[in-house]
Amino acid sequence: MSQRPAVQDWATDFDHLDPKWVNDPFPIWDDLRQRCPIAHTERFMGVYLPTRYEDVRAVAYDPEHFSSRRVIVRETPPPRIPAPPITSDPPEHRPARMVLLPPFTPDAMKKLEPRARAIANELIDKFAARGNCDAAVEYAQEIPVRVIAHLLGLPEGDGDLYRKWIHEILEVGITDVSVAVKAAGEMTQYFMGPVQERMQKPGDDLISYLVHAKFNGQAMTPENVLGSLRLLLIAGIDTTWSGIGSCIWHLAKTPADRRRLVGEPQLMPTAIEELLRAYAPVTMAREVVKETSINGCTFKPGQMVMLSFPAANRDPAMFEDADKVVIDRKENRHAAFGLGIHRCVGSNLARLELTVAVEELLKRIPEFSLAGEVKWSQGTVRGPRNLPIRFG
Amino acid sequence: MANPGTLKVRVDRDKCQGHNRCKALAPELFELDEYGNAQEKGDGTVPTGLEEKAYLAKSNCPEFAVEVIET
Repeated sequence: MSQRPAVQDWATDFDHLDPKWVNDPFPIWDDLRQRCPIAHTERFMGVYLPTRYEDVRAVAYDPEHFSSRRVIVRETPPPRIPAPPITSDPPEHRPARMVLLPPFTPDAMKKLEPRARAIANELIDKFAARGNCDAAVEYAQEIPVRVIAHLLGLPEGDGDLYRKWIHEILEVGITDVSVAVKAAGEMTQYFMGPVQERMQKPGDDLISYLVHAKFNGQAMTPENVLGSLRLLLIAGIDTTWSGIGSCIWHLAKTPADRRRLVGEPQLMPTAIEELLRAYAPVTMAREVVKETSINGCTFKPGQMVMLSFPAANRDPAMFEDADKVVIDRKENRHAAFGLGIHRCVGSNLARLELTVAVEELLKRIPEFSLAGEVKWSQGTVRGPRNLPIRFG
Repeated sequence: MANPGTLKVRVDRDKCQGHNRCKALAPELFELDEYGNAQEKGDGTVPTGLEEKAYLAKSNCPEFAVEVIET
């Protein structure tokens, strides 16, 4: 990544690629929330950053002024890479979303659980005896690629390819758009064969479902199917990989929480929600399409808005002890999966993978701690990319 | 705590976005349709002993779609 000018004032010149933000964004957001609370930067051709829960919510609930046609803040706007429904606005949004919902209900996800647990254990088998591992590289990042490949009916071994595209689209592509466009093209190419195959001969995988699915009697167009498949790969992998990594990172540096979870496994669902709140991986974006104002801040058309669910989740006006991880937190309306019509379609899948990943690791390796430098991803999705831990 | 049978839960179907928090926390009180969106079971009456779960479902809904009505 190229050298970027240092940030002068986070309220007027913020930059989410700045190393300070990448390594520890929470103090930046806490500071902005108190004094600003909607920051702006001229970088990236103009971006607003609401930091309070109620402002993030207001933007998420207002597709009329804040369009999803661009959901990633980039140096230059790319030619459109549609991935419906995440890049759709009403009225196109609803049919594209409704058709994707049935295969991602909690009951549908339950069928994946045995394979997900097996995958977790196959991975742990490889490093358990060694006494240490990179929990991001050898564990967290492997689980979602394999589960998604399994769900789509594609070879689980294609994971390296998926991670390359995601890195190019979500990280490198922020400053070099041509890389993102090229990766999207490669993905389309990759899916073309399997899509055609399943049009002729459907199986019981998700591609077959999408190819033949109908909403209101209307089948999806092939472009729509390919767009949704791109979305599932991009949105379904490094998000959950980051979430799993952050959970393990927290448990590695917080023995009291880790031991409590080992002793009280029934706390797991509540703890996972709290870890999702505290370390929400995903920041979305919107493009301002009509001038409007929220909380005294005027939003100018053409500029972007960073929709920081992670910052919203740390708002003390919404959450008691917002800056603390309280693994038995009772009231938790966190926004890790977004708010409003774009609620993450894969949230039930993500929850399953997070739960399975943490449970299986704690069962096999109940004692572990940090063993080196943690490296964080930058951009739209935040999570550890290197997470060295030692066991015992 | 309210008396038995005096509480009802209700899901505002226009607000629900299918986060599935209510069903996860109180499966006795909520069910999902084929799209994963929630609705109250039956007429939403909260049986004795489940009052706390009803309030838990309410206070964990990110869309403020779950209501607990004291009748």
